[in-house]
Amino acid sequence: MSRRDLIGPVAERLRRVVGEEALVTDLSELRTYECDGLSHLRVVPALVVLARSSRDVQAVVATCAAFGVPFVARGSGTGLSGGALPRADGVLVVTSRMRDILDVDVANQRALLEPGVTNLAVSRAGAPHGYYYAPDPSSQQICSIGGNVAENSGGAHCLKYGFTTNHVTGLEVVTPDGEVVELGAGAAADAPGYDLVGAFVGSEGTLGIATKVTVRLLRAPESIQTLLAAFADTDAAGGAVSAIIAAGVVPAAIEMMDALAISAAEAAVRCEYPAGAGAVLIVELDGPAADVAPALEEVERHCRAHGAFEVRMAADDEERARIWKGRKSAFAAVGRISPDYIVQDGVVPRTALPDVLREIARLSEESGIGVANVFHAGDGNLHPLVLFDSAVAGEEERAEQVSAKILDLCLAYGGSITGEHGVGVDKAKSMPKMFSEDDLDTMQLLRCAFDPAGICNPGKVFPTPRLCGEVPGRRHGVHPLHEAGVAELF
Amino acid sequence: MSVLAELERACAGGHVRPAEAADAVDGALPSHVATPAGTGEVAAVVRVAAEHQLSLVARGSGTKLDWGNPPRAVDLVVDLSGMRRVVEHATGDLVARVEAGTPLAAFQEVLSGAGQRLPVDELVPGTTIGGLVATGCCGPCRMLHGAVRDLITGLTFVRADGVVAHSGSKVVKNVAGYDLAKLLTGSYGTLGIVTEVIFRLRPVAPHRRYVVATFDDEGALTAPLGAMLGSQVAPSALEVDRALPGGPVTLAALVEGREAGVTARAEAAAGLLGRSAAASDLPPARWGTLPGPTTVKVSAGVGATPAVLASLRGLAAEHGCSPAVRGSAGVGVLFVGLGPEAEVRAVAGLVGALRDRLEGLGGSAVVLRAPSEVKAALDVWGPVKGLDLMRRVKAQFDPEQRLSPGRFVGGI
Repeated sequence: MSRRDLIGPVAERLRRVVGEEALVTDLSELRTYECDGLSHLRVVPALVVLARSSRDVQAVVATCAAFGVPFVARGSGTGLSGGALPRADGVLVVTSRMRDILDVDVANQRALLEPGVTNLAVSRAGAPHGYYYAPDPSSQQICSIGGNVAENSGGAHCLKYGFTTNHVTGLEVVTPDGEVVELGAGAAADAPGYDLVGAFVGSEGTLGIATKVTVRLLRAPESIQTLLAAFADTDAAGGAVSAIIAAGVVPAAIEMMDALAISAAEAAVRCEYPAGAGAVLIVELDGPAADVAPALEEVERHCRAHGAFEVRMAADDEERARIWKGRKSAFAAVGRISPDYIVQDGVVPRTALPDVLREIARLSEESGIGVANVFHAGDGNLHPLVLFDSAVAGEEERAEQVSAKILDLCLAYGGSITGEHGVGVDKAKSMPKMFSEDDLDTMQLLRCAFDPAGICNPGKVFPTPRLCGEVPGRRHGVHPLHEAGVAELF
Repeated sequence: MSVLAELERACAGGHVRPAEAADAVDGALPSHVATPAGTGEVAAVVRVAAEHQLSLVARGSGTKLDWGNPPRAVDLVVDLSGMRRVVEHATGDLVARVEAGTPLAAFQEVLSGAGQRLPVDELVPGTTIGGLVATGCCGPCRMLHGAVRDLITGLTFVRADGVVAHSGSKVVKNVAGYDLAKLLTGSYGTLGIVTEVIFRLRPVAPHRRYVVATFDDEGALTAPLGAMLGSQVAPSALEVDRALPGGPVTLAALVEGREAGVTARAEAAAGLLGRSAAASDLPPARWGTLPGPTTVKVSAGVGATPAVLASLRGLAAEHGCSPAVRGSAGVGVLFVGLGPEAEVRAVAGLVGALRDRLEGLGGSAVVLRAPSEVKAALDVWGPVKGLDLMRRVKAQFDPEQRLSPGRFVGGI
C-alpha cells in the first residue's frame, strides 16, 4: 500500500476528530494550496486541514504519525524557498485560522500569539502601549508569525535588531510524534536546559509545528530618521556604507538599489529618486532623539565624502514613506521590465560588496542576462534579481546559470547561500557547497531527535535525508528512503 | 598501544600528561589531561576517547567547571588552553573567529585595537570563549546587545564520535541549515566540544555614563524601574544590587554612545530615578560581578524584579539566611548569592520555596555554583520544560553519554 492510499483512512479519522468543515478535499480547492511564494514549484496536497487550535494541529500530526503519512505546515504561504510546498502523498496543515493574539504583556515586554497572527498585527497590538515587534520581513502585512518562526525571518531592520530568533522567547510545539511540548522561557528571560527554541526557530518546519509563540516586544523608538543618498555607481555607494559602519554608527537599516532596480521602481511607482543615479542608499536611523540627530549628520557627511550628489532627508512620515516606496516596490516592479525573474538571497561579508557587485555585473555582461540589484547593504545580504524571458529559447537556462554563479560567488567570499529566504526545496541542492557532509549529517542528528520517522516536512533543507540511527558516513548503494519512494534526492 | 600513547599520538602538536589532584572536575578525578593544539587534534583525541569508551570534560581556564552537577565520571580532561588564537578579525565586517581556549580578556584586547568589542561582560574573571559559550553566562550588557547565543554567527565543534562539524558562517545574516550554535550554547559541554566560534562585534562606545540611585526597599524601586523600562533612555544595562534582604536597593543604568546623546540620556535617566540619582563615568561597586560563593540564577519576567526581591526578603527570614541579589532588571535575570555561613538546609529550603514562587511567574531558579554538600542536598537545575526532547537530542549527539555525563539538566 503506498502512502497515497493512506490518505483515505487519515481523512476518515480526521473528519471525526477535527470535523468535516476543517478538511479540504476538493481538487480545485486543494489546488489553491499547491505552492507558496516560490510559485514555479507546484504540488497538489493530498489533503488540507484548516486548523483552528493547538488541539486540531495535534490531532492531525498524531494521525499522520500513526499512519506514517508526511505532513507540511503552512501559514500565509508567502515563503520564497518552497518551505511550505505540499506533498502529493501528505497532509498540509494550514495555521492561518489560528490568529488570536492571546496576550500582550506590557510589564514583561512580551506578546503571546497563535501562529497564524500576521507579523504586522503584533506591532499593531503593541502600538497603543508604545511597543512594537522588531523583525519586519517585507511581506509583513500578510506573513504569519508561525512562518516567521519556521524561516527565522529577517527584514530591512534586522541590521540593528536581529532576526526572529533573537525575538522569540517561548514556543508551544506539536512534535512530529504528536506531543504538545512547551519550550523556552516565555515571559521570563532564560529557561534551564538546551536552547530548543533557538534550535527550532529557522528549522523550516522540519522539527514540528509551532502552535503558540511568545515574542519580545521592544519600546518603539523616540525618533526615526530616513535619508536617501544618490551616487554615480554602486562602488561609491558601497564605500559610503563601509565608512558609516567603520565610524561606529549602527543604523537600523541600510538598503541599496542599483540603476536597473531604480529604473524599474521608477516605472512602477514613480518613486522619483534623483535622476541619473547609478545607485541609491536608503539609511534609516532610530533611537533616542539625542542620538539620532547627530548620527544623521554623520551619515550625511560620509555619503557626501563618498560622492553622493544628492542627499534627501525625510522631514515627516509621509516623506519617509515616499523614500521607502521605491525600495519596497522593487521586487514587484522588476516584473514590469522583465517577464520573468529569479530572486537570489546570497550573503557576502559587507566589505566584499563592491567586488561582488562588479563580478555580478561582469556575469551579466558576459551572459547577456540582466541583473537588477536590490539589497540589504548593511549586512551584505544581496537580492540580485536575475531577469529573463521564458518565451526566448535558452534564456531561462542561462538565467539559472547566472543565478547559480552568483551563489558560488557568495560562497567564494565566505558568505551564505541564503540570508533570509531559507533553503526549503529551492536551495537544498546547494547545501553541500556551503557545508560538508559531516556538517549536514550533524544537523540531521537534531532532526532525528525530533522526527525519527522523517514525516515532518520531508525533502526540505537537506539534499539527502539521514536515516535516523544509521552509522554516519557509511552509506552503500541506493539510499533506503529513496528506494522506498519516501524521499527525493537532489 | 596504551591509551596514553594513543592520546600522545593524537595530540602531536600539543601534549598529554597523567592527571593530578588539581585536575579534578568538581570532585571527580580524571586519568589524563590532553592539551591539543587545534580542532584536528581535538577530534583525534576524542576519537581515541571514543574507542576506549572514555568519558571526557572540556576545560578552558576551569573557572566554571564546578557549575552544574558534578560529572558522573571523567576519564579525560580535554584542556583547550593550547588553542588561544584569534584566527581572523574582519574589522570592516565586525566579525571575528576565535579559538575556544582564548581568554575573553585577551580576545577583547585584540578587538579593542580596532575600536571594537564583543559586547559581553566578564562575569567570571578569567573565563575563556569556550567556557562562555558552554555556560551561556552573560552580564549587564545583555540588555542592549543580547545574550551570548545572540552574538554567535558560526561555530565549529567536535562531536562525541570525533567528527568535526560546523554551523553558521562568518556573515552576520544567514539562515542556511540548522542553527547548531544555539543548541551548543549553554549545553555545558554535553553535546560536543566547541573549538572555534565566530562572533559578531560592536564598536566600543566612545562615551559611557552610569546613573545610580538607591532606594529604601523594593517597593520604592517599583515606580522608577517601571519608568526607566518604559522610557526612551535606551540604556545598555539596568542593574539592581541589594546586599542584604532588608537593606536598600541600588539601581544603576549604563548609558553609552556619542557624547551629546549620552549626556542628554543620562540626564533623562537621572530625572526618572529621582533625588538620589548621581551620574559617574565609573561603574558602581560590584557592577558585573556574581554574588556568592553559592550563586543561584533567577530568571523571571522583566517586570518581575520587585516581586522577586520581595519574595527573597520574606523567604530569607523564613529560612534563616541572608541572600544578596544582583543582576539585570532590564532583562529579568537576577543572581542570588549566599555566603559560606549559609547552612545547607537553609539554602535548599530557600531555593525550593523560591521555585514555588517563580512557578506562577513562569520563571526558574538554577543553582550555578555551590559547595558540594549544598549541591548534594538539592536539585541544582530545578524543573525543566521539554526534558524528554532534550534527552532525545543528547541520545543523538552522544549516545554513549561520555561528554560531561550527568552535569546537565535531568542527569544529561
